Amino acid sequence: MTASIETSAERTIQLAERVVSSPVRPRGRFSWAEALAYLLLSLGVVVMVTPFVWMLLTSFKPAPELTRFAFLPVNPTLENYVRVLTTSSFGRWYLNSVLVATISTASVIFFDSLVGYTLNKFEFPGKNLIFIGILGTLMVPTEMLIIPWYTMSVDFGWHVGMAQYWGIAFPGVITATGIFLMRQFFDGVPSELLDAARIDGVGEFGIWWRIAMPLVKPAIAALAIFNFIGNWNAYLWPLIVANGRDFYTLPVGLSFFRGESTTEWEKIMTAASLASIPLLVVFLLFQRQIIKGIALTGLKG
Amino acid sequence: MKFTLRQRQIISAYLFLSVSLLFFIVIRWYPTLLAFNISFRDWNVFESSGPWVGMDNFAEIWKDAFKPRSAVRAAFTNTILYVAYGVPLQLILGLGVALLLAQIRRFSAFFRVAYFAPYVTSAVAIAFVWNWLYQPQTGLINQVLSALNLPDQPFTSSPKQALQSVTAVAVWQNVGFAIIIFLAGIQQIPETYYEAARIDGANGWQIFWGITLPLLNPVIVYLTVLSTISYLRLFALVQNMSPQGTGGPLKSTTTVVLEVYREGFSSYHMGYAGALTVILFFVILAITVVQLKFLTRRFDY
Repeated sequence: MTASIETSAERTIQLAERVVSSPVRPRGRFSWAEALAYLLLSLGVVVMVTPFVWMLLTSFKPAPELTRFAFLPVNPTLENYVRVLTTSSFGRWYLNSVLVATISTASVIFFDSLVGYTLNKFEFPGKNLIFIGILGTLMVPTEMLIIPWYTMSVDFGWHVGMAQYWGIAFPGVITATGIFLMRQFFDGVPSELLDAARIDGVGEFGIWWRIAMPLVKPAIAALAIFNFIGNWNAYLWPLIVANGRDFYTLPVGLSFFRGESTTEWEKIMTAASLASIPLLVVFLLFQRQIIKGIALTGLKG
Repeated sequence: MKFTLRQRQIISAYLFLSVSLLFFIVIRWYPTLLAFNISFRDWNVFESSGPWVGMDNFAEIWKDAFKPRSAVRAAFTNTILYVAYGVPLQLILGLGVALLLAQIRRFSAFFRVAYFAPYVTSAVAIAFVWNWLYQPQTGLINQVLSALNLPDQPFTSSPKQALQSVTAVAVWQNVGFAIIIFLAGIQQIPETYYEAARIDGANGWQIFWGITLPLLNPVIVYLTVLSTISYLRLFALVQNMSPQGTGGPLKSTTTVVLEVYREGFSSYHMGYAGALTVILFFVILAITVVQLKFLTRRFDY
């Protein structure tokens, strides 16, 4: 399907694509400016990467090695990992985080694109009011809603037992930013195509799901990435609503290492590694798509 | 019963919107109104209600804001300082790195990954890693300082340096986002402008001030607003970088959101905490309105 009119949504995709593509410039001669750029960027990389490296190295060091200055562990050990994994509920926290982030993201993809599509492609009374009503919620910071959300959760029992999964996830199952993003991207789907399907007798839901949705895949990927990372790292609300360590998400569970012992850094660094490495690995594997996705949502949002 | 095509469209539209409309009314709009309501009450979370006290909570905040050593006064001044230090630093570093990235022809993917990795990492893990780096005597930074015969720095353990030390970490974590958005802006500037300037004999400095910076103006405004809001909402980093999570030492790092959390969920002063969030709401609203005034044609040159 080729839409001849270049929409603003397509321009944004191209722009995000350019952010992650290497610049195609002639292989010119050596220039001092470029050499200086490499030098400065490399110095910056040292600052950006050292904390991660130091975290990992510390996690493999036995406690006595922490007071002496040595960059690499002298007697590398996995004992810290064994200790953290056996004395905490890290496995459960992984499960909780994966569950909450996956469910929220799946729900966001479904509802945000359905609403974005409806607001773009349908004419109906009250459309502007609904659009403004959804967009207006972006003005309200979530910090203002945590107290009402908490009293609601207490009233409905969302802060106890299995209902806590819903309690943690509910604020993010539909997002105004995502609706706004998808509404703009459905501009690129020509209405004539949808009308043709209508004449062929395809139902309205089928037109959206089977014809319109496949045409906005890049936007859906961006929305999914943006949401998954956001939910995975969400902290303030899960900290408030999750009750008891079996229902903590990774950041919440990790935060309780703060009080445990401020001197056992090898243990704290092991916990920090366990909590951050999985997403960092995912990031390294999909860096192109992730940076493109963040650029896309950042540019549109 | 037979419907016309137009009637069928209206029915489908409302059917598609139904779940989401319910969500926005129950999970977004009702809690927003409830937040205002709570801020006017002496709210007790366990009874889900409290007597109407009018502006008492706001009057109390006003009074506390002028008490020399009150937590709220510290929260307001610190939050302003985080914005004042963090936003310019993040924008200048972000623009600097983006300009350097635009210069180089190889390894740009590697640099992008390195600068962006902290942005996708949980703030709790980052807080712990930097706590360890900042440790007196045993921390990596102080080990390096003493190896260079420089005096030990207390960083987050001294009220004099704590806020700046936390700001540095916040910038370190979020600069990647600014880099990506700046990079998108830089790559949108047509190459012909630069060629024309070079033919006219402009040097690199003149090109930067005459072309790059003015054309990046919309991006700069956008990032200023976005990062100002994110620094106003600082919480996870601050909580996990202070011992006991209280915004110490001596309240020197506490923020408005941390005080909301402590007042609301440690002391159960829901009304007072609610009033603080209402103030935060109006500040963010004012910034958003200013943004809409300055940004009518974002990313269009």
